[in-house]
Amino acid sequence: MDLTLSPSEEAFRDEVRGWLAENHPGEPPEDDNEAFEFSRRWQRKLHEARWAGLSWPEEYGGRGATLIEQAIFYEEMTRAKAPRVANVLGLVMGGPVVITHGTEAQKQRYLEPILSGEEIWCQGFSEPDAGSDLASLKTRAVKRDGGWAVSGQKVWTTLAHEAKWCMLVARTDPDAPKHQGLTYFLMDMEQDGVEVKPLVQITGEAEFNEIFMDEVYIPDENVVGEVGGGWAVAITTLMNERAGLAFAAQTALQRGMQSAIELARTTPHNGGLVADDPVVRDRLAQLFIESEIFRVTNYRGLTKIMKSGVPGPEGSLGKWQWAEVNQHLMELALEIEGPYSQFADGSEHSLGGDWQYQYLRTRANSIEGGTTDILRNIVAERVLGLPKLR
Amino acid sequence: MNFDLTDEQQMLQAAAREFLAARLKSERIRDLAASDDALDEGLWREMSELNWPGLMVSEKYGGQELGTVELAVLMEQLGYALTPGPILSSMLAAIALETAATDEQKERWLAPLATGEQRGTLALWDAGAGWAPDDITLDPERAGDGYVLSGEKLFVLDAATADFFIVGATGDRRFIVERDAAGVTVTPTPTIDATRKQYAVRLDGVKVGEDVAFGGEGAMAPARARAYIALSAELTGIAQRALEWAVDYAKERKQFGRPIGSYQAVSHRCAQMLLETESARSASYYAAWAADNEPETAPLAASMAKAYASDAGTRVTNASLQVHGGIGFTWEHDLHLWLKRALSDAVMFGDSRWHRERVAQMVIDGRGVAAEPAAALAAAK
Repeated sequence: MDLTLSPSEEAFRDEVRGWLAENHPGEPPEDDNEAFEFSRRWQRKLHEARWAGLSWPEEYGGRGATLIEQAIFYEEMTRAKAPRVANVLGLVMGGPVVITHGTEAQKQRYLEPILSGEEIWCQGFSEPDAGSDLASLKTRAVKRDGGWAVSGQKVWTTLAHEAKWCMLVARTDPDAPKHQGLTYFLMDMEQDGVEVKPLVQITGEAEFNEIFMDEVYIPDENVVGEVGGGWAVAITTLMNERAGLAFAAQTALQRGMQSAIELARTTPHNGGLVADDPVVRDRLAQLFIESEIFRVTNYRGLTKIMKSGVPGPEGSLGKWQWAEVNQHLMELALEIEGPYSQFADGSEHSLGGDWQYQYLRTRANSIEGGTTDILRNIVAERVLGLPKLR
Repeated sequence: MNFDLTDEQQMLQAAAREFLAARLKSERIRDLAASDDALDEGLWREMSELNWPGLMVSEKYGGQELGTVELAVLMEQLGYALTPGPILSSMLAAIALETAATDEQKERWLAPLATGEQRGTLALWDAGAGWAPDDITLDPERAGDGYVLSGEKLFVLDAATADFFIVGATGDRRFIVERDAAGVTVTPTPTIDATRKQYAVRLDGVKVGEDVAFGGEGAMAPARARAYIALSAELTGIAQRALEWAVDYAKERKQFGRPIGSYQAVSHRCAQMLLETESARSASYYAAWAADNEPETAPLAASMAKAYASDAGTRVTNASLQVHGGIGFTWEHDLHLWLKRALSDAVMFGDSRWHRERVAQMVIDGRGVAAEPAAALAAAK
């Protein structure tokens, strides 16, 4: 066991840190559209320095970075408070899927514009009646000359309003067993028959959209993997999602933790500070411990994957654990603020920070990217080997 | 960066698992629990041949000079097997001596502990005083060249089979007192965990010389941290065993025509047990690593581990009992033996709340730890 960085990992960290110090683009603008273009420019800059496709193989414009190096990169990004890139889903899911399952022609066509942020990607998996039970999705793709005609509805589609390409899973064989009749497509969002409607969430923002498709044409060359083999490709996408987002999530949690401690240390209460309250101290300490354990467990998982190529049992636990700690932290933050938690973020008497927003946003943590309830099923069935209910 | 045991550590783990499994069948553990001192002379001899009591002792005193990660590896297996009798107690005594005793003292007292020729144990907490790890009130009286010790120590592990005690005194001082010294009385105190016996040790004007005194303000902190880690690792092993039993039972036991493990009320409980067991493991091994490699974060990491593992050990054994239903509540099933060890470990050397307050002091008040403890893992530095 050695938790120190190797000389090459240290050199890598110094390189990232130095680059970020020189190239940090500053705060994003307020306006949503301007902010998006800002994040696109930021991604282009990262790409020019070959940071965008960090985990991708070098032959496709990446760096072939190890998992540890990826973890270091995301930690440094968060530490420097660097803004998000525009094409998160393209980088984390789209690219890796094309690299793993795509044809040479697809690699030539799609990878470079993902890295540069020129073409934004979104993910069309969930449907109104297919959430956790994704394989029951109903969007139909019917064979036409040289391609497919797709009709149906997708939901919870992040970035659909900005996207050029949608990773779409549709049913191509309604008679096959549900996991076998699916095909993975890349759908051009800029065509007739594709309608995107923003979905306003409890925070008031619209991160997500609904996509309505009516006889949308997708040519044959946009099928990824085999016709009928869409499930395996979808699973690759989801595994990349979980692994890729864990690093960023972990560092953001650490930062939230420090901010909550600061909040308790500066909020007056009962003639002293909230940080003097033994119950608050106990709960803050517990959350601190859990967030550190989440981080350590992530590193255990990385070591396991690097050695054996497959995640160990601890790998399945991370997302569930993260959602729980993150939610509890924001709940405690509002309790620390007491009645001040009611004031809108940024309003006159607010205690500062965006705790109200964070509280509301974290409600989705135990739902998005696999609900905690489903993750418990996965752990029970695949890690512990307990029998399935179904 | 590599969060995995080395080949040598994995060998220690596998050897300990196999050795203990072969010797500690249910019946043997129960016999020892029913005995006066839970000492199995044959087992002790074999463990001594493996040099377990000297795991962390310097080679020049006959030990293996291994680190805290190896201590955690061994303790996890000792907990998994519910090893009865004096092994933890003698290892903790050895760690105390190794940490702060003089060379002469090590020569005289530590060397026989390392080889298993003698056994030692810690006698720290005073009857009628607080039970925090550093809460020691015995105040030695100066008498000529030496001291006179009077008081009563509780929670002394395996005192009846120990050759000497490391007696705690104010100012983080320690005195080595032989069990058969004049004025020493050892009385059994039955506790919930019958597999590891505890005693009250009375000291009535026990005279000791300067040559058995060691320690001083803050001197024992590294030894205490290793005790927290040892117990955290043992609790991890206990939780692991309780989890395995629950999962096996949930696969076999059928109700309403199907295995109970197919019901989510049961399977999700098992998944929660896994989460807590793996988390206790992460915390324990991280603390073990920090104890040897990052002294500035070691106190925080050790308290994080003991806080988490204390709760996880008791919660997981209780959850296992619930999964077992009625059978888990019987004397006949072995689970209660592990549950009781977990209860004992959880309150020894500070319970979870005490350690959380210590974490709070470090991370909220910024006492005694680097300003940004989240930087503990090397990648963040």
